[in-house]
Amino acid sequence: MSQTSPTTMMDESTPNTQTAEVASPQNKPAPAVEQAARLNAPTVIDINNVDFHYGANKALHNIHFPIKEKLVTAFIGPSGCGKSTLLRCLNRMNDLIDDTRVSAGSIKISGVDIYHPSVDVIELRKRVGMVFQKSNPFPKSVYENVVYGLRLQGVNDKSRLDETVERSLRGAALWEEVRDRLHSSALGLSGGQQQRLCIARAIAVEPEIILMDEPCSALDPIATVKVEELIHQLKQDYTIVIVTHNMQQAGRCSDVTAFFYMGRLIEIDATEKIFTNPSQKQTEDYISGRFG
Amino acid sequence: MPTTGPNVPFSNGPAAEQIVKIRETLLMMASLTDRNLSLAMRSLVDRDEKLAASVEAEDSQLDELEVAVDELVINHMATHAPVATDCRFMLVASKISSNLERIGDQAVSIARRSLELNREPLLKPLIDIPRMANMAEGMLRDGITAFVDRKPELAQGIIKRDKEVDMINKQLARELTSFMLEDPTTITRALNLTIVARCLERIADHCKNIAEEVYYLYQAVDIRHERAAGA
Repeated sequence: MSQTSPTTMMDESTPNTQTAEVASPQNKPAPAVEQAARLNAPTVIDINNVDFHYGANKALHNIHFPIKEKLVTAFIGPSGCGKSTLLRCLNRMNDLIDDTRVSAGSIKISGVDIYHPSVDVIELRKRVGMVFQKSNPFPKSVYENVVYGLRLQGVNDKSRLDETVERSLRGAALWEEVRDRLHSSALGLSGGQQQRLCIARAIAVEPEIILMDEPCSALDPIATVKVEELIHQLKQDYTIVIVTHNMQQAGRCSDVTAFFYMGRLIEIDATEKIFTNPSQKQTEDYISGRFG
Repeated sequence: MPTTGPNVPFSNGPAAEQIVKIRETLLMMASLTDRNLSLAMRSLVDRDEKLAASVEAEDSQLDELEVAVDELVINHMATHAPVATDCRFMLVASKISSNLERIGDQAVSIARRSLELNREPLLKPLIDIPRMANMAEGMLRDGITAFVDRKPELAQGIIKRDKEVDMINKQLARELTSFMLEDPTTITRALNLTIVARCLERIADHCKNIAEEVYYLYQAVDIRHERAAGA
């Protein structure tokens, strides 16, 4: 299949004038205007011409686009397209896999190259939290799961820990369900509750960015709705990047969608645009279920 | 020819089958609508009561097909959550079927007026009304061609033609008003002809709506409610 240059309508240097001029008769901003304004948010993660290798195998080819502040950006694409690889590049989780490397380009978070030798990876992962496909609570109490990151940092002040537990569990929309069993084992929670606990654990250390790698793929529809509602709330405070195989989830949850195919970024645009009128035929074929 | 999109099945799966079924049902409706409009006009021009009766009889088929299209659309949306062109196709299919059904209703109105008109001598030679009908039929056929052949530029051209039909309708209304003022015994016939012209003008409006939907389907640009200059 032929490859084409990705479209990046979010580029601040080329604003989407077509949508920006639209206004409703009541002088309220039309959805297209609100959308354009959202997409002009400041850049938090700047991915510049990134290549990535697993040994001799090049998994990412010249990936280049910005991720905007306090928006939900979804990565979609068929298995093996590189979306999870790119996600793991954003907090250097790939460093844990042998013989892998970012072989070209740079990834800057708030202007700092995260692959620079001076960068403290532990500090980076505090700023860029991650939630995995399968919930992975530690075999500890709900409380200890949430404060785990703080305890690693040496925080033992009980009042601060208590405050963090409540704030984080409220932030993860779990407080009301577990407030009476904070000291019970986290393994006794349902799958959806465990995943929200993992989100609470991620936000307890007050990250700037939350990465989610198929966070709902192991959840039932009701738990999925709760996590999706949570994502919607969390974007008030955090920049979220989510990898999902569920097209409808990408459509429901995200502001921006990036479509990858065979290690290349094919198209990135406002989610509404991607799901109503994508610029690239490959994108349309994928989201319509014609391949993948 | 394009290899994907609503007019070309992309697989043998249920989604493709449903899209093809919706498309076929719409084409069946379009064919029936075109036929009913032609019959209604022939019943008027040829003063043939049987033709007028058949228009009324066949309209129920159009009603059933409109309901069938909406059922197919909602089933497809509920079960396949279509996106991009497929999503626009679902919206557009429902609107096209609604417009076709309304064209069918206008054809029935013309047939009813022709039954009344045929009981009395002609008020005047039928020139402008058949001309309007020809224009409206042309708009309908081109709209369906644009839909089938994926020709948004053809659909865009139809929109301007609606203005010409509107102009003839206004001109005819003035002429028929003068008939009524001069001779009150012509009022019934003149009013019936005014209603027929009005029906044709409405049909042209529906054809314009269809054309706008076809344009949106293929270009993803909504051109409804634009001024003629900007269209």
